Amino acid sequence: MEQYNCRQATRLMLQEQDRELTSAERAALQFHLGICAACRKFRNQAEVMRQAMARWRAYGNSDESDSP
Amino acid sequence: MSAFAAQVESLRPQLLRYARSQLRNDAWAEDAVSETLLAALERPQAFAGQSQLKTWLVGILKHKVIDQLRRHTRECALLSDDDETDVDELLFKADGHWHEAPQEWGSPEQTLGQRQFFEVLELCMERLPQTQGRVFMMREWLELGTDEICKELSITSTNLWVLLHRARLRLRDCLQQGWFAGRPVT
Repeated sequence: MEQYNCRQATRLMLQEQDRELTSAERAALQFHLGICAACRKFRNQAEVMRQAMARWRAYGNSDESDSP
Repeated sequence: MSAFAAQVESLRPQLLRYARSQLRNDAWAEDAVSETLLAALERPQAFAGQSQLKTWLVGILKHKVIDQLRRHTRECALLSDDDETDVDELLFKADGHWHEAPQEWGSPEQTLGQRQFFEVLELCMERLPQTQGRVFMMREWLELGTDEICKELSITSTNLWVLLHRARLRLRDCLQQGWFAGRPVT
């Protein structure tokens, strides 16, 4: 299995929002996350952003006059 | 002006904000919004109770915005110096480790329940470099797939992935500063 550094892991954690990762990528990413606390924090940040964009989009598609 | 026309007109500022944020060009944004309002006023019967007014108008606007992107494909894909900045180089050391480890943002619910967060988010989206911003909005607002975006802008998928990557990292940095660290977004 390929061993990712933080830079490579980060690239995949962001690409995950726009495409499905391959099983090999997912496995290598999980392995890296298992040993890297900094990237686990990044993954949480990416998840906050993903949910924020979903909420923002839903707000734009409704008639409510202010933000969510 | 009819009540319908007045209602439609009252949504102009919101539509313009979306159009500007997506197109990054005031003249194109004005055109897209004017075409949207005109289409709505010419066919009020198309609206007749089928959905909420803003939802209906935003739906029309998205089509008009895509028309504008197509009309200006070449200019839309031009990279500014800001677009070209290698964000990775600022974040990672040569060996691929973080210069500075990411901060704890807490749970999504904690943040997303706060209305002001979304004001900061919108500001941060508007602050993205122009082509990164267009690509990011095409993905997140127009909800186009990555292949479609490449086709519309005539860019390679390598270019697209770089632009999306940089846009998301910049957005993260802006949210870190502007929301989680509580400094004003400039």
